This record gives sequence, C-alpha cells and structure tokens, in this order.
Amino acid sequence: MTPDSLGDARRHWERETLAKTLARFPEREGKFETLSGLEIDRLYTPLDGEGRGYGEEIGFPGEFPFTRGIQPTMYRGRLWTMRQYAGFGSASETNRRFKYLLEQGQTGLSVAFDLPTQIGYDSDDPLAEGEVGKVGVAIDTLADMETLFDGIPLAKVSTSMTINAPASILLAMYAVVAEKQGAPLDKLSGTIQNDILKEYVARGTYIFPPEPSMRLVTDLFAYCAESLPVWNSISISGYHIREAGSTAVQEVAFTLANGVAYVQAAKRAGLDVDTFGPRLSFFFNGHIDFLEEVAKFRAARRLWARLMRDRLGAKDPRSWMLRFHTQTAGSSLTAQQPLNNVVRTALEALAAVLGGAQSLHTNSFDEALALPSEDSVRVALRTQQIIGHESGVADSVDPLGGAYLIESLTDRIEAEALRYIDEIDRLGGAVAAIEKGFVQKEIEDSAYRYQRLVEEGRRTVVGVNAFQVEDEKMPPLLEVDPEVGRRQMATLSEVRAGRDAKAVTSSLEALREAAVATDAALMPRIVDAVRRYASLGEICHVLRGVFGEYAGAGR
Amino acid sequence: MARSGPIRVIVAKPGLDGHDRGAKVVARALRDAGMEVIYTGLRQTPERIAEAALDEDADVVGLSSLSGAHRVLFPRVVDELRKRGLGDVIVIGGGIIPAGDAPALIQAGVRAVFGPGSPTSEIAEFIRGAVKERRG
Repeated sequence: MTPDSLGDARRHWERETLAKTLARFPEREGKFETLSGLEIDRLYTPLDGEGRGYGEEIGFPGEFPFTRGIQPTMYRGRLWTMRQYAGFGSASETNRRFKYLLEQGQTGLSVAFDLPTQIGYDSDDPLAEGEVGKVGVAIDTLADMETLFDGIPLAKVSTSMTINAPASILLAMYAVVAEKQGAPLDKLSGTIQNDILKEYVARGTYIFPPEPSMRLVTDLFAYCAESLPVWNSISISGYHIREAGSTAVQEVAFTLANGVAYVQAAKRAGLDVDTFGPRLSFFFNGHIDFLEEVAKFRAARRLWARLMRDRLGAKDPRSWMLRFHTQTAGSSLTAQQPLNNVVRTALEALAAVLGGAQSLHTNSFDEALALPSEDSVRVALRTQQIIGHESGVADSVDPLGGAYLIESLTDRIEAEALRYIDEIDRLGGAVAAIEKGFVQKEIEDSAYRYQRLVEEGRRTVVGVNAFQVEDEKMPPLLEVDPEVGRRQMATLSEVRAGRDAKAVTSSLEALREAAVATDAALMPRIVDAVRRYASLGEICHVLRGVFGEYAGAGR
Repeated sequence: MARSGPIRVIVAKPGLDGHDRGAKVVARALRDAGMEVIYTGLRQTPERIAEAALDEDADVVGLSSLSGAHRVLFPRVVDELRKRGLGDVIVIGGGIIPAGDAPALIQAGVRAVFGPGSPTSEIAEFIRGAVKERRG
C-alpha cells in the first residue's frame, strides 16, 4: 500500500469504524500522556514513520547509529550483567552480602558506600554522626577495602562502585587490593561512577567546586587509559536526575549534556577522544512507563552516537557506542502494599532489557521502607533471571524495533532531548547551566508537576491514591547494627596506630603539591597515599585545603 | 506567644543525605498553601537548623532524611531547639522512616512523621492545626 492509499485507508477507518465506537464508548481520557507528559496517539501506523530512513535512523545492531543495540547479537550472545547494588554496615558484613549474591547467580558486584565515605569524611568525623554504615558500607582506609573484597577474586569479577567526589581514592584502593591479590591491572573490569556533575543537580554528594572536580574526573580518565584499559572510567548518570523528578526527555538531555561536558574537558586536558571515549559508560533509570522507557533507551543510544561522531570528533566506532547500566526506579516504589513493588520492578526491568541495557539492578520490594533484606534482594535478582531465562525476550535483538509507536516515540525523545542540549549550549554548556541553576530548576518543576498530578488524582498510583487497604502487614526489614559506627571507629584507630606515620605524612604532602601544581597528575600520588594507609578523610582534607568546597548553587 | 501572619516554616535536610526531591516538593507545596517557607539546603547540622529556626522566628521545622540517620539526628534537632528556648516549635519529619521508628521519634519530641506517599495537603493541614494551637 502506498502512503497515499494508506492515508486514505486510515481516514476511511476513522470515519467508518472508529467514529461509531467513539460515539457509543467514549475513551477513558480526553488526552493520553506518558509519565513524562508526551502525548500518545490512539494508533500508530506506517504513516508515522514516513520519511524516516531505515538505515539512517534505525539501522542494524552493532552499527551506527546503534538504535537497535550496540552488539550485533545482543543477548543471544550473553545476557546482561545482573548486578545488585549492595552495601551496609561494615566491610565484613558487606563482604558476606556480596558472597551471598554471587552464590545466588549474580554476575557482577556493585558497591554502595555510606555517606561519610561518599563525602570524604572518616567514620570518626563529627559530621559522620548517625550516618556510618547506613546507606552503604563504611570505608576509611585500604584495610577496609581489603576486608570488603576478602575471598573475592578481583581478576574474575567485575565491580561497579558508586562513588563520585572521592572516586579517585576508592579506585586507588581497589587497584591496590587487586595488586595485592596478584590480579593484573590491565584485566580489571568494572565501573567507577565518577560523575560529579549530576551530584550538583540531583544526588548531593559533591565536595569540591566544579572546576577542580572536573580536573579530578579527567585525571582519572587519564589514569584508566594508561593503567586500567578495560575499566569504565565514568558512569554518566541520568538515574539520579530522574529520581529527583525529571522527565524521560530531561533524563536523556541532561545526562548526554553532562557527557559532552566531560568529553570537552578531557580534550582540553590534552586527551584524545578515542583513548577514553570507548570507556565512557552510562547509567539510566528504568521507570514505570513501559513504552516510553524502551523508546528512551533507544533514543539515548542514537543521540550519543551522533554527538560523539558528528560533534565531538570521535573516529573509533567503540567511542560512539552508548553502553549503559539500568536501575529500576526507586521513586516508583511505594511504602504501601510493598509486594506490589515486585510487579513494578519486573515491568521496569523488562523495559530495560527491551531497551538494550548492558547491566541491570532490580530494586527490592521493601526499599521504600528500608535497605533490602536478604529475602527481598533474592526476589529482585530472580526477577532478572526470569526475564532472561524464561520470558524469551532475550532471544531476538531489539524485538520491539520497528513497532510504529516505539520508533515514533524514539524519534520524539531524541528530538526533544536535542532541543534541551541546544538550550544548555546557549547557556554555556552543562557546567555553566548547573552553576546558573537552570538544570536544577527544570528538574524541580517536573517533580512538582508530578506531585500535583498524583494529589489531584490525575495520576493513579496503586495503593497510594487508589486501591488502598487498611491494616497492612509489613515485611520484616533489615536493621543496620547501631554499633557499626563505634566498631568502625575502633578499626580506624587501630589502623592509624599500626601504620608508618611519617610515610603517611610525606605521601599526603606530595599529593598536596601535585594538587597545587594545576597540571600535575593526581592519581599516582593518591595511589601512593592509599598504599600507606592514609585515610579517605585525610586525603580529602588535603584536597579540600587546595580546592575549597562547593557551597551550592542558588542556596 | 500569640501572633498572627503567615505560618513560618523551615524545611531542612539534617545529616549528609543528598536526596532532597521530597523536601523541595513539600517546601513548594507549603508555599502554595500560603506559608512562608525557607529551605535550608543540604547537609545541615542540628545546631544550624536550630539557629535558622531562631533567626527566622519559625513556627515549624520540617526535617527530611532518607539515609537512616533520622534516629540520631531528629532528636538532636529537638534538643538544639530546646537549648535555645524554642521547645514549642513544631518539629515534623519525613523520608524513608520505618513505621517502627516513629514512636521513638514522637517520644523524643517530633510531633508527626510523614512517610513516603503522604499527600502534601495532609502535611499542610497538620501544620495549620498545630500552629493554631501553638499561637493560641
């Protein structure tokens, strides 16, 4: 059927078939919108893809623009990495949880650090009070890192570390532990988040102002390019932007705009884009609007390929590939009727798989209440295993590709994200847009709009504003040992007492000098300090002294 | 201390937790409900929050924590307020707070705990009632 006659046929259908039904059965809403407010039409047909070139816009998996996936065989070759984010209490407790997850068939590790670690304070710092070991594991010195990975061969497992402002310090500790295990550094695989820009707008664990922070980021790129060639030197994260309330379009736009800023900063620091480009990785949210999410992942992949090739000058096809981790949406979980969260998470995980994720974390059903228990985390992992091994969706590449709605939504999300990136460029790029508070304001507005929709009953959240029950039975929750802070302080003072104090002081002084000299490499000095059991807080104290602290935009 | 005028609220993030979507949404909703609201930003110590309540002549201090530090930090804020003679300031809390923790927080002087999914209208209503009582 040619488009003209298809158009005629569609008009005929509207007149003869649709109109009669609408007259008798009006639709549920006047207008249907995605979770992000994109209007969804009643029906999509080949007419919606008119003028879209298959080769230019969709293409083949493993080839530019990678809309259908970054590998030619995708999950027919290997399933995604099943990687549950975990960490609480002390290093030895988290070590036990890691071993449990590996025994249950998890294929990669992901470390959650506590807030003092993420913000560069030792466990005995007064500002750490009440926070030690709460949202992740407490790491003060190399000794804790040795305990954390005790009995886990780092040459064989891939590890992701959610750490940003002090990323260099934790990566240095990881490398030294690997070295002590006899693991060759050029084989170490994993990811360090190292994405400071989204901390300023969404996640809040910044330490230093943007300029020295960007230096730390690109310094780590250079170290990885030289010493850890298969390590992902950054995970440019839209996850937290979305959790903070952004739309799907904003998630793609702000994440890729940050990506552009990192590439530009590294180029300014003298790095060739194709030396670090293939090791950039991404991290997106798997939210509850299923079709929008599938389209979002595809749009992000295509847009990044175009930005890297056409705008940033990358020549190596591996630099064009957007490889990404997904976590299901914590903000979609409800404290009410928590078992319903198993279903939400399954839908979100399925969207991530149909969107071509390289690795995936599925949230546990009790996470709107507390950190996950062993039982709830097992159900979350099983959800991935059921999708991978039972559902059949992993057996063909990009199985939703070519669906009229999916392709149309993919085009729209890409176009709207690009419009945002243009706007950010006009403000002077991502760093300037963040310093001006533009990105923060956009996210806050979206978060508020969503809250209003829920409170006005225009968005239904099952169990929250509809289908509530009285007297719910709550699942047993994980309790973090309240003594963990005290024990962690004892461990730290033991380490301090047992180390060579002079060597620590001189290594910290060497780091300070490198930090002051604006063009010196920092990573070798940090590795040296870490090796001598200088603590994270001591190293950050030195860097705070030179770089200062970020006071917040628009406070 | 009878006084009139708009209800004054400090919304604060004690501790190191950086998740402030909820705090910002609540702050904006209370503003839309006609209150004067100051959001302190991240990483506030209990001392600084109490100082802000003093400086701003607040009727209400709303605390948000998603990191699990509420058990230690919310009671500390209440103590710091009392030290400054602000024992009658209404302290409320929200975030990821297990139901089992609420009684201890109430015992420590927190007036109400609003968990995930709480409508902002419910928070506003609670505040209006409590402030009316306080202002006499």
